[in-house]
Amino acid sequence: MIDAIYLVPLLPLLGFVALAVVGRRLGEPLAGWLATAACGGSFLASVVTFIGLVGTDEDERRTIVRDVFEWVPVGDFSVNVAFLVDPLSVAMILFVTGIGTLIHLYSIGYMHGDENFSKFFLYLNLFVFSMLMLVLGDNLLLTFLGWEGVGACSYFLISFWFGEEANATAGKKAFVTNRVGDWGFMVATFLAFATIGSIDYLTLNAAAEGGQMSQNVATGIALLLFIGAMGKSAQFPLYLWLPDAMAGPTPVSALIHAATMVTSGVYLLTRVNAVLYEAADWSNNLIAWVGAGTALFAATIAVAQNDIKKVLAYSTVSQLGYMVLAVGVGAFVPAIFHMITHAFFKALLFLGSGSVIHGMDNDQDMRRYGGLQKLMPITAGTFIIGWLAIAGVPPFAGFWSKDEILLSAFDIGGLNGLLLWIVGLVTALLTAFYMSRQVFMTFFGRYRFADPTEDEVVEAWEAYVGDAQAAADTAAEAQTAAVEAHAKTVTALEGARTKLEATQTKLAEADDDGREAAQKAVDAAEAALSKATDAEATAQGGIDDAGTSLADAKALVEQRRAEQRNRRLPDVGEASEAGAAAPFLPETVTARAEHHPHESPWQMTLPLVVLAGLSIVGGVLNLPFTKGLHFLAHWLEPASIYHVHKINAGAGTKWLLALIAIAVGAAGIFAALQVYLKNQRDPATIERGILARGWGYDAAVTSFMGGPGRSIFDAITWFDANVVDGLVNGVASSVRGGGSIVRRAQSGFVRSYAVGIAAGSVALLIWFLTRTL
Amino acid sequence: MVGSLLAAGGASVPFPALTTLIVLPALGALTIALIPGARLEAHRLVALLATWMTGAASIWVLLEFDKSDDGFQFRDEPTTWVESLGISWDLGLDGISLFLVVLTGILFPLAILGVQPEHSPKSYYAWIVLLEAGVMGVFLTLDLFFFFVFFEVVLVPMYFLIGSWGHGNRVYAATKFFIYTMFGSALMLVGILAIVFFHENATGDLTFNIVALAEEQSWSVEAGRWIFLAFALAFSVKVPIFPVHTWLPDAHTEAPTAGSVILAGVMLKLGTYGFLRFGLYLFPEAAVWFAPAMMILGTIGIIYGAIAATMQKDLKRLVAYSSVAHLGFIVLGTFAITTEGLVGSVMQMVNHGLSTGALFFLVGWMYERRHTREIAALGGLQKVAPVFAAAFTLVMLSSIGLPGLNGFVGEFLILLGAFVASPWIASIAATGVILAALYLLWAYQRVFHGPTEGENADMADLTVSEGLVLAPMLVLIVFLGVYPKPMLERIEPSVDALIAHVDEHVEDWTEPTADIVEVEIGGHHDDDSHDDDFHGEDE
Repeated sequence: MIDAIYLVPLLPLLGFVALAVVGRRLGEPLAGWLATAACGGSFLASVVTFIGLVGTDEDERRTIVRDVFEWVPVGDFSVNVAFLVDPLSVAMILFVTGIGTLIHLYSIGYMHGDENFSKFFLYLNLFVFSMLMLVLGDNLLLTFLGWEGVGACSYFLISFWFGEEANATAGKKAFVTNRVGDWGFMVATFLAFATIGSIDYLTLNAAAEGGQMSQNVATGIALLLFIGAMGKSAQFPLYLWLPDAMAGPTPVSALIHAATMVTSGVYLLTRVNAVLYEAADWSNNLIAWVGAGTALFAATIAVAQNDIKKVLAYSTVSQLGYMVLAVGVGAFVPAIFHMITHAFFKALLFLGSGSVIHGMDNDQDMRRYGGLQKLMPITAGTFIIGWLAIAGVPPFAGFWSKDEILLSAFDIGGLNGLLLWIVGLVTALLTAFYMSRQVFMTFFGRYRFADPTEDEVVEAWEAYVGDAQAAADTAAEAQTAAVEAHAKTVTALEGARTKLEATQTKLAEADDDGREAAQKAVDAAEAALSKATDAEATAQGGIDDAGTSLADAKALVEQRRAEQRNRRLPDVGEASEAGAAAPFLPETVTARAEHHPHESPWQMTLPLVVLAGLSIVGGVLNLPFTKGLHFLAHWLEPASIYHVHKINAGAGTKWLLALIAIAVGAAGIFAALQVYLKNQRDPATIERGILARGWGYDAAVTSFMGGPGRSIFDAITWFDANVVDGLVNGVASSVRGGGSIVRRAQSGFVRSYAVGIAAGSVALLIWFLTRTL
Repeated sequence: MVGSLLAAGGASVPFPALTTLIVLPALGALTIALIPGARLEAHRLVALLATWMTGAASIWVLLEFDKSDDGFQFRDEPTTWVESLGISWDLGLDGISLFLVVLTGILFPLAILGVQPEHSPKSYYAWIVLLEAGVMGVFLTLDLFFFFVFFEVVLVPMYFLIGSWGHGNRVYAATKFFIYTMFGSALMLVGILAIVFFHENATGDLTFNIVALAEEQSWSVEAGRWIFLAFALAFSVKVPIFPVHTWLPDAHTEAPTAGSVILAGVMLKLGTYGFLRFGLYLFPEAAVWFAPAMMILGTIGIIYGAIAATMQKDLKRLVAYSSVAHLGFIVLGTFAITTEGLVGSVMQMVNHGLSTGALFFLVGWMYERRHTREIAALGGLQKVAPVFAAAFTLVMLSSIGLPGLNGFVGEFLILLGAFVASPWIASIAATGVILAALYLLWAYQRVFHGPTEGENADMADLTVSEGLVLAPMLVLIVFLGVYPKPMLERIEPSVDALIAHVDEHVEDWTEPTADIVEVEIGGHHDDDSHDDDFHGEDE
């Protein structure tokens, strides 16, 4: 049954090849189903292998190696493509292929409609294959093949939507940063070969166990491999690429950048656990502190992120820190235990976030979420389970594994153990806090998707003031018109008066015959005058009215300007209220309000449900209560993990530590509840800018690379073009200045010499041939 | 083992196979020269025929090669040419030269197939086919006199290929190329004559035969070191090694596509091959003495070439500088003088020929389409030319040294061998893998990723015929990465013989090797003491 191991990497490889050949023709969704089937078949083969290994005698489980072919045989160096089938690697392939299959299935829904649908699955299958080579390799070099393979797939998939410059940059950053770690991996391999003569794990561990590996060598190998692990498992200072890697499609973040690839550094260190055991204490201590420091550091950053995936990315860095901490204190079983439970709940959380993003039209800003539990019940329900698991709430999976790590750290004793434990505890507090913040902002509270954005608010206010201003302008025009109209009535009035005077004069001068007519004319003129007087009075009234309207309109403008000044940038909550109350809600906002976020299709929700189930019960892998329940420890120790990890603390201490951890987790959740649901405190006092910017480390590295780093490269390139090359050209031109030798070389000399060589050689050749043939 | 170097071993061959490899292209060139200029198609046809037949012959040699034999194979009785001068037509092939010969055999027909000259096809084809004869000659001859002749002969066709069919500043580039290499080999001629006379004085035997010269070592330690320097200068220019590398970017950039492919693919290997055959073999003592310095120069080349490549604005120039870095690895591995390092170096010569050759094809075809090689003018090409981009990606990953592809195996073996010899130098050189990823991925991003704008939106994808030219190279890139054993096991015996030769002739020197520890790998004794119970034992 163990021979089923051959199928485990073979099936994804065949899937990759098939998709490379006919992927485009298969199209959507067939290509996706093919890839899913390949990965699912690999999972089944893993299960068969597992059953086979269970049926093997415990004493033999350490050394089962299945050769495929001889890969690089040179001199004393000999490396095979061979699989080490031991409890550790089998535990890994089970969760890699199992979670891998779920994520393949999920992707069929998530990648729906993407123009490169089949290519996505091609990369996914290649990734699974590489990951399996990494896990199954019986030597450092084959693991390195997988190690670089997953790195390349990660690069392809982060920059999957390569049209966006930022995605392409993120992919490149991931690859290059990881290469820094790979340097350590390679040199570790060289060191192992140079000192032991072999790079296969069984030999290395046996040499460490048997005392043939000196402590210095063991320390060197451990630290060099740790440099590699810092890259892949995103530890400080090489973690930089992981937050940026979120540029890839969300299933990729779940599979590669949370559940599987990023754990490979921890896996590698566990693989050579006997070497680490032999290494100097200070080096293991260094590993533990890098892990603990990274865990805390990343957790503080996660608190201030607003992008749903960035929170999870920093959370992943932080959780990997826990695992590295565990490795550093020699607690390999807890490290692997946490790796597995983390794979369950973090894959769940990432896929859940993908489902949210999918339902929210690709909006990743949690400030515009809220209240989604009503609209996406399955996503919300499963996400909440993932939250409880990561926040350390018993009996969910994460509680058990994290607790073991904290206990193991405390248990190394002394101030060192106490400090490591405290750092781990503070991280747990922050973890509970930022994850609760995420859940509250996303699924609870008011539904904020329709909230106007800052731009929309500004625009709306400007439109509001603009309307008033336009009214004022109209009023001003009306006033001008009224004044003009009045002026006309005044002229008319003058005319009427003049006419009346003229008729009165005529009346006075008139004889009896004309008196009657003149009297009539005077009457008419008087009537006209009175009419004109009325008209003038009316026009005067019009002016007054227009003046009043203008003043009103101007007052409105002033009022609205004042309003605008006072409420220019309200926070999102206020903006919504203002937006809802005001008559000037932008059309874009009303359009959004009509859009209802929706639950995702079954291909996406089914994996969520399965992973949620695993996140609930994952703890049973290694329950602490009695010996009989340490399934994982019994499985791994001592077949894969050479030294059984003993805990010295008594039962009372263990209970106390566990209760403290539960209390701390509860405190974190309570604090988030107060801030984000009850609004007891302004979130801005917690989400500091420096945290949002990740303590400025990324920016510092970037500005160093773009500044002094680039200058050094430029200087060397300048040196090459002007000094190295310049010297030669300088010599040539000085000769040219002195004589004409080089000028002749430039034009004729070289050419004739060249022809000379050619002719001479051909002649020699011909002459020779005539002699021999 | 050493004795077998002298023996004319190998399969019994019914005809002078190695002579054929030189004569076929030479006759081809002659035929092209004789066909009237108006017969345009005939020139190309003859060129293709001659190079394909040579390629087929080289593959026949590969198939007939006896991998258990560490000496020179296919070696006919040497034909004395000028008896009084000790010059003879003596060809031989061992595991070190075998794959270079095959690479030459494959790359020339592809270079002819892949690109057509813009003008004067007759002389173009004649020169390029003649070039193949010269290159084959360098790899096959065991006579120093003929070695020098062939080493010089290859300059001529390349000079004309760059000078007549090149781009931009082509005459400057061609002349620079010519003068640099001429300058290097002038001193080598003096060196050749010196060792021949040293040998004659000591043995009374006047000969240019390198096997005889190498076995006798008839010169003093100091003389050997000086003469090694003369040879090393010639080879350093050819490789090229910092600081005599600046002809390369100019020559590569201005050369026509086929010229760049051949220049990178096989001509640079004349230098690295020279170091192996005429450095280590002829002057073992001096090679050991200079080894640390050469390893440092190789390391400088790796890092310096990579940094310079990073900042290039012209894509072809970038690839050219990447060659400086890759060849630095080969120099490092050669002078580690360990089995792993030397085997890795030989393999890396072939790898570099495949990956850089393919890159120059791709860049050349891109230039045909876009009429620019300026990185800033390109962008987003993956969207319009996905197959082109996929091919570029595969070749790029090979060049970066991704495990599973050929480049990794060579680079890894070199660094491994170098580490055994000098851990610090190898550790520094290994940083080259970081830089390689940096410059190639950055270039890839700028050329293929990002928005597709302007003329870039109209770029045509890889054509079927271009794909066919590339296909053999891509297949080999994958095959040699996954299953390098057939190649390694053919290289290693000759490398071991070479190391034994060095060991024999250099006092106080033994090959640096790994400490091999005997360990006992057994099952475990089940130690059931999980006592970390939550409740303690009593519950």
